[in-house]
Amino acid sequence: MMAGWNVHNGTAVSLPQANVDTDQLIPARFMSVPRSEGYGPYLLHDLRRDDGGGLRPDFLLNTCPEASVIVSRRNFGSGSSREAAVYALVDAGIRAVIAPSFGDIFAANAVNNGLLPAEVDEDTCKALEAGLENGPCDIRIDVGARRLTLGAMSATFVLDDSWAIKLINGWDDIDLTRNHGVAIAVFKHIRSQTAPWAWPAAAD
Amino acid sequence: MGSPQTMLDKLWAAHEVLQREDCVSLMWVDRHLVHEGSHHAFAKIKERGLPVAEPELTFAVVDHYAPTRGRSKIADPQIARMIDTLRGNAQAHDLKMYDLSDPRQGIVHVVGPEEGITLPGLLINCGDSHTSTHGAFGALAFGVGATEVAHVLATQTVWQRKPKAMRITVEGALGAGVTAKDIALSWIAKLGTDGAQGHAVEYAGSCIRDLSMEGRMTLCNLSIEGGARFGMIAPDETTLAYLEGRRFTPKGAAWQAACADWITLASDQTAAFDREVTLDAAEIAPTVTWGTSPEQALPINAAIPDPDQVPPAKADAARAALEYMGLKAGQRLEGTPVDQVFIGSCTNGRIEDLRAAAAVLKGRKARIPGLISPGSSQVKAQAEAEGLDRVFTEAGLEWAASGCSMCVGMNGDLVADGRRCASSTNRNFRGRQGRGARTHLMSPAMVAAAAVTGVLTDVRPLLARRAA
Ligand code: SF4
Repeated sequence: MMAGWNVHNGTAVSLPQANVDTDQLIPARFMSVPRSEGYGPYLLHDLRRDDGGGLRPDFLLNTCPEASVIVSRRNFGSGSSREAAVYALVDAGIRAVIAPSFGDIFAANAVNNGLLPAEVDEDTCKALEAGLENGPCDIRIDVGARRLTLGAMSATFVLDDSWAIKLINGWDDIDLTRNHGVAIAVFKHIRSQTAPWAWPAAAD
Repeated sequence: MGSPQTMLDKLWAAHEVLQREDCVSLMWVDRHLVHEGSHHAFAKIKERGLPVAEPELTFAVVDHYAPTRGRSKIADPQIARMIDTLRGNAQAHDLKMYDLSDPRQGIVHVVGPEEGITLPGLLINCGDSHTSTHGAFGALAFGVGATEVAHVLATQTVWQRKPKAMRITVEGALGAGVTAKDIALSWIAKLGTDGAQGHAVEYAGSCIRDLSMEGRMTLCNLSIEGGARFGMIAPDETTLAYLEGRRFTPKGAAWQAACADWITLASDQTAAFDREVTLDAAEIAPTVTWGTSPEQALPINAAIPDPDQVPPAKADAARAALEYMGLKAGQRLEGTPVDQVFIGSCTNGRIEDLRAAAAVLKGRKARIPGLISPGSSQVKAQAEAEGLDRVFTEAGLEWAASGCSMCVGMNGDLVADGRRCASSTNRNFRGRQGRGARTHLMSPAMVAAAAVTGVLTDVRPLLARRAA
């Protein structure tokens, strides 16, 4: 399980594109690799790399291997539910993505892996992008306070309270849920009485 | 009497085990569908030494990596390993598995309904974003990531915050050659790929009632492309007629009792939705995507937009999309040369889709190569019984086995760099069908029309000539 975190001091880079979908975050052909091998090299593979697999010097993220925060545009992480997209970000050292909106499944996957999906309004996003125009910049993110500081600029971001708690504590849902074992067993019993059709009929 | 409820309210209440102080609910999962991509989740429960909590409610399907040609001997060791891993996990946890050789194998979102694993009133999870498909039956069905798949495997529950309720009402009749795919692409083009984020979409209206189950599944399937994790349609006679007698549906008195329960799932007439959108079916034309996001879609007769004319927030994306797609602003969509076609996927790989494509292709020749991969092995058998396979092969297209195939290319069915593909699938993302592949999404009938002419084509005149 992930260690929780509340404050991060790192380096932000800009990825000025809308709809960075999970197919771009990690192309499907890399998804059969076991996680233990690390997914970092596949992050944004086809955008970052040329046909021979070399890093494109003109791609911003490539100029800054120490980047830990990405500022992007609307609808980040839309598309496929592949959690591998989050693994690629996390394994490449990314702790937070800042964008005006996120794919619903991606955002949930992110929080489950200690990656912060920080939602900011369009204007804040533009200002952050402008601040990163000349290259990567130091950034400070405070999850508890929902505040980020980039150079002289300070802004708030939106994050569901339950997600903030989970990120800060590094909680694992399975452990939490197993504490509710009795409630689940009772629910199952009642459901089997009130909705017997909810169990698959014996196959012929 | 309580206050009026939406279908979402009813389904939610029926599955809520408890609610935390922060309003996140622990939900009971009635069906859990797993596939080769679920290997991360199985590894997670193995690490903790946990069993699958409810093997009887968990079904494993080989689809994402399923070879569509040369199935008996898989050449690629990576692909063979992915399928073997699922086999191993299914065996270890005693799960019902739809393996490659099973005559009922197919894409998970086609197999579930076909087998009656999917039923109204259920909560269905799968580690796949198109799980919204199953909502077509009046189920609460949504895609989850690997951590959540592991959670469902271990506990048969999932933590979820209740989404907001949105209703998309489509009234009137669709024109000839216009399908559920066109309804979906139209609303996504109108509202954007994030247009329904945070919402569960219920589709309603006379046009939806008139759709077959296949059409309803196509529509609910594509909900996620508009940002909605959930799509749903109230169960009615069409739903029940589709399900009756399927393998895992209740039988006899249990069936009657279930039907009586399911019919009550519909939203109460005065229930309030957080958001309402209305479309006029008569205004929907065959729709085609021109860019790299499903929202970049237009009626086939339209011209490709000029990035300088679109709202500034979307201009950069439009510019980048045109460059990637090798298209010019102002160019008419119709007449754009296409290199190949693909018909299949959980969006449009069902029997009705194949019939619609065959209706266009019958007696005609395809000018470009193409692949047809039925949504399931049962769909394949049905199509062959109806002679549809011969229509396709006589037209010069390749008829293959069932799987996700060229929707995602994991099994090696790829579109080559720079090639343009007319496709009945769901995502035109950069590189989705292969690195550098240029995907145009459209209905199966429209794909068939493109095959016949070799260019993006309005299917309606081709159908009209048939009728005349
Ligand atoms: S056909 Fe495509 S969208 Fe559907 S489950 Fe397979 S990969 Fe996913």
